[in-house]
Amino acid sequence: MTEFLQQLVNGITWGSVYALIALGYTMVYGILRLINFAHGDVYMLGAFFGFYIARLTGAANDPNPLRAAGVLLLSMLGCGIVGFVIERFAYKPVRKSSRLAALITAIGVSLLLENGGMLLFGADPKFFPQIIPSANVPLGMGVSISNQQIIILAVSVALMLGLRFVVLKTRVGKAMRAVSYSHTAAALMGISVDRIITFTFVLGSMLAAAAGVLVALQNPKIEPYMGIMPGLKAFVAAVLGGIGNIPGAVLGGLVMGIAEVMVVGYLSPTWRDAIAFVLLIVILLVRPQGLLGQPPAEKV
Amino acid sequence: MRSRFAFRPAHALVVLLACALAGCGGGGGGSSKDELVIGEYGSMTGGDADFGQSTKRGVDLAMDDLVAQKQGKVGGLPVRVVAEDDQGKPEEAATAVQKLINQDRVIAVIGEVASSRSLAGGPICQTAGVPMISPSSTNPRVTEIGNYIFRMCFIDPFQGTVMAKFAAQNKHLKRVAILKDVKNDYSVGLTQFFTDAFTKMGGQIVALQAYSAGDQDFRAQLTAIKAKNPEAIYVPGYYGDVGLIARQARELGLAQPILGGDGWESDQLITIGGKALEGSFYSNHFAADNPDPKLQEFLGKHKKKYGMEPNAIVGLAYDAANVLFLSLDKLSQQDPPAFKALGSSQAGGADRKAALDKLRAIIAGTSNYPGVTGIITLDDHRNATKSAVVLEIKDGKKVYNTTINP
Repeated sequence: MTEFLQQLVNGITWGSVYALIALGYTMVYGILRLINFAHGDVYMLGAFFGFYIARLTGAANDPNPLRAAGVLLLSMLGCGIVGFVIERFAYKPVRKSSRLAALITAIGVSLLLENGGMLLFGADPKFFPQIIPSANVPLGMGVSISNQQIIILAVSVALMLGLRFVVLKTRVGKAMRAVSYSHTAAALMGISVDRIITFTFVLGSMLAAAAGVLVALQNPKIEPYMGIMPGLKAFVAAVLGGIGNIPGAVLGGLVMGIAEVMVVGYLSPTWRDAIAFVLLIVILLVRPQGLLGQPPAEKV
Repeated sequence: MRSRFAFRPAHALVVLLACALAGCGGGGGGSSKDELVIGEYGSMTGGDADFGQSTKRGVDLAMDDLVAQKQGKVGGLPVRVVAEDDQGKPEEAATAVQKLINQDRVIAVIGEVASSRSLAGGPICQTAGVPMISPSSTNPRVTEIGNYIFRMCFIDPFQGTVMAKFAAQNKHLKRVAILKDVKNDYSVGLTQFFTDAFTKMGGQIVALQAYSAGDQDFRAQLTAIKAKNPEAIYVPGYYGDVGLIARQARELGLAQPILGGDGWESDQLITIGGKALEGSFYSNHFAADNPDPKLQEFLGKHKKKYGMEPNAIVGLAYDAANVLFLSLDKLSQQDPPAFKALGSSQAGGADRKAALDKLRAIIAGTSNYPGVTGIITLDDHRNATKSAVVLEIKDGKKVYNTTINP
């Protein structure tokens, strides 16, 4: 029982990382119907920005929560700018072309970031500094969680709630929902579609950066290709929960995290990557709109 | 207009193709300079980039010695090393070796560190009849590829036994858990040999868990191991994963010592693992605090050139390059025409093949070579027989603990 509960805790913390990355996918898809394959690489950039910021600001040598929060926010800011640049120079020029063109552009941007990262940061894996020293927190019944895992969970939940607030309660969120419904109609209502799309990209990239820093805090080995697999898995998580649906992305991420950990713990670790795609196939067969997704209404 | 332009790329392609064909047919691009070209392949980039970069440093140091002592020449011919990056991928390793043999026409190949990649590159050397010396691949299957494949290190059955002996006899452990990397021939082999030896000595493997290289999260496996309450955990993986495993083990409340093999040998091990690795042990090829003058001289040279302590991989690569230079030197004395055929860019296929075979025979006869990683004698299976050391990680440093003989 202890073992099972511990695995559940492991699964939830791992899943919250997927959930954070999946949020960015789902937001961009919801608004643009574009699968932003470069999203996992922005997550990688977030970890590297955090790495360099921590070294420059001295947070690496003198860890305290305030500095750690500063590293997180600056890294999010940095990735927000990267998101803006990617949107402006890669996606905007092809926005009027076919959806395939946009998809291929996304793959191109992804390759550019991976190999550019290799050139810039070097191929050697880097060691992310301990900006918050790890400590064990017993939960009772022999189950324990590290303080870093608690931080990951707390920050993830806070960011998800914040995002939900922005989308549902603010003017810009209202505009986002309008754009996701119809670009033309939204434009006719006086919404600047371009600005909303840019805003969505910036927001999504910031979430990815947060995930990057949080994961690097826990698993400090970072390298330029680290975003590929989590990016793919988070995409599956977004589809699982219903792509375009924000609570769905969170649910999908958690389901994926728990499924992976359980498969590794009780079956075979070689199935770790397979389980994600098995889940994807099952969900596409049984409930193609995803767990929380609405079935697409037939437009006449 | 349009049709005229359409022809141009096609023309260019034909010209290019013709050049490429002519280049191949001309035998090494028609260069008339006589030299000895030695190939080296390794993971200069990728997840275990430190392995390839360390190997390169070892070969470069051996070249520096050659330049200082003999103006960079063996038997009167200049030596040139061509290094190829395989990105840490077996399929790229095969491509790299193909290129070294077909394009650069190397007379011998040094590489790889990882057994999976030596197993990918080795068969190509064997088929082409080009001797390959792996400095530090310890999986037994590497030299079983054929009679052109050699190594400068001990093999895993011995390394696995060393750690089993250490656990059972020096530390008096009875219950050990294993966490292996299933994607890695080296790790799978060591797990097998450790298990065999340890159970023979009366020990018990209480849990066998696995991961795939590059995983970030090992908590699920470690939780399962914790439930079995072992006295130690054997993790025969590579340094990058081991560092993370150690940290996550400590976070889950596993305080047991972690044991490992020479895949831990990297300066990054302790950077990644930090305090989590304190009190852990691993088997290795040499200990830097060994007072042997030859070793200390080598350590000094490395420190002077690169500003840091070398790891065992650098030492093994240094020995591999020196054994190769020595064998070439012997060939130049014993059989000058064959040696000339090796260095000549114009030599015919049959002459070259016979000369490569003579070089192979001389390498195979290496005996009592005093290397920096110990006295090297190649046995009938082209493996070096040497003793292993066990290092302990203490206060963030690798400290010599004991030597275990074959």
